[in-house]
Amino acid sequence: MYDIIIIGAGPAGMTAAIYARRASKSVLLLEAKSYGGQIINTPDIENYPVEAHISGFDFAQKLYEQTKALGAEFKFEKAVEIKDEGDTKTVVTVKDSYTAKAVIIATGSENRKLGVEGEDKLVGRGISYCATCDGAFYRNKVVAVVGGGNTALEDALYLADLAQTVYLIHRRDEFRGEEANAQRLRERENVKLVLNSTVTKLNAEKRLKSIEVTNKNGEVTELEVNGLFVAVGRVPENQNFASVAELDQAGYVAASENCRTKTPGIFAAGDNRVKEVRQLVTAASDGAVAATEAVKYIASLK
Amino acid sequence: MAVIEVTKDTFEQEVLNSDKPVLVDYNADWCGPCRMMRPVLDELAAERDDIKVVSINIDDEDELAEDNDISSIPCLVVYKNGKEAARNVGLVPKDVVIDLIGG
Repeated sequence: MYDIIIIGAGPAGMTAAIYARRASKSVLLLEAKSYGGQIINTPDIENYPVEAHISGFDFAQKLYEQTKALGAEFKFEKAVEIKDEGDTKTVVTVKDSYTAKAVIIATGSENRKLGVEGEDKLVGRGISYCATCDGAFYRNKVVAVVGGGNTALEDALYLADLAQTVYLIHRRDEFRGEEANAQRLRERENVKLVLNSTVTKLNAEKRLKSIEVTNKNGEVTELEVNGLFVAVGRVPENQNFASVAELDQAGYVAASENCRTKTPGIFAAGDNRVKEVRQLVTAASDGAVAATEAVKYIASLK
Repeated sequence: MAVIEVTKDTFEQEVLNSDKPVLVDYNADWCGPCRMMRPVLDELAAERDDIKVVSINIDDEDELAEDNDISSIPCLVVYKNGKEAARNVGLVPKDVVIDLIGG
């Protein structure tokens, strides 16, 4: 039995592990993919205190080494369920199950899919969720970006420097993202706005060839594109834990700044929690709070 | 064995004409998830005599990337008898790579 099991080894989970180990608690980190979380996709972090520039990869590596050196145990297994048995919690993974006195859910979020048929099969064959990761493959090609938030606008601007033509497809006629970005896009000759429209079909042979876009009047237009960048937001990964942690309508864990869920001894930290600002520094901050709360909770059991 | 760096000049010989299954890692230096993936490939190259593990840098080898329909990295492709047998896009744990290689 561990003192604390942390689900998710991103910045929130690893920071929680650091705090828990420094309070002499035994810690198991369960991670479905690889440590680091989504920050590993960021080429350059410029807004984390102390380091003016650090790559997401280096950040994750340093945090991992720090966490490991403090004695936290890592297992790379996806957690699928938490069972609340009062003073003991059991976390079931795809391989095994583990028990602890307290659990911290720090599973972050993943890219929201478009939900159009064939999407999954075309990931890496024309469909991408990360313009800065995959933009280089579309030099002088025709691409489309879907979305209306800042990520979509920034992706379209980034791609406009590389691609021949960028379609920006958005279901409304105005953007949620910053007006300054929208204005910059309107000034770009190779950016074409496709508003009041949604992507309704993906046409592919071996890879994506074209997309069909339907506007609010029901008119369908086919656009030939080499790539489609999906930037329609992120979704939390909490569904498996809904029985022990109350979720809001969007699926985020309804835990306040103290990171407590409705179940005593189960906490939520990082991007998967209901909050206003989802940043690297707030994820780390949640990790510290959740671990401190978990340590307090464990002390209260005795 | 170590991971072998492959270029367009050696692709045919090292990958297509290999008598063992080949696990190809398409990657780039600027790609964080690719760098996270690399230790797993190093381990597999050291542990498995029955396969060959190769790395292709897509910035240096853009023709290879284009010819093989690579548009997102990290991308792992398994070649058997000169043909693509399996493919995975994105960072995955070692177990998934082993499954991808298959029997």
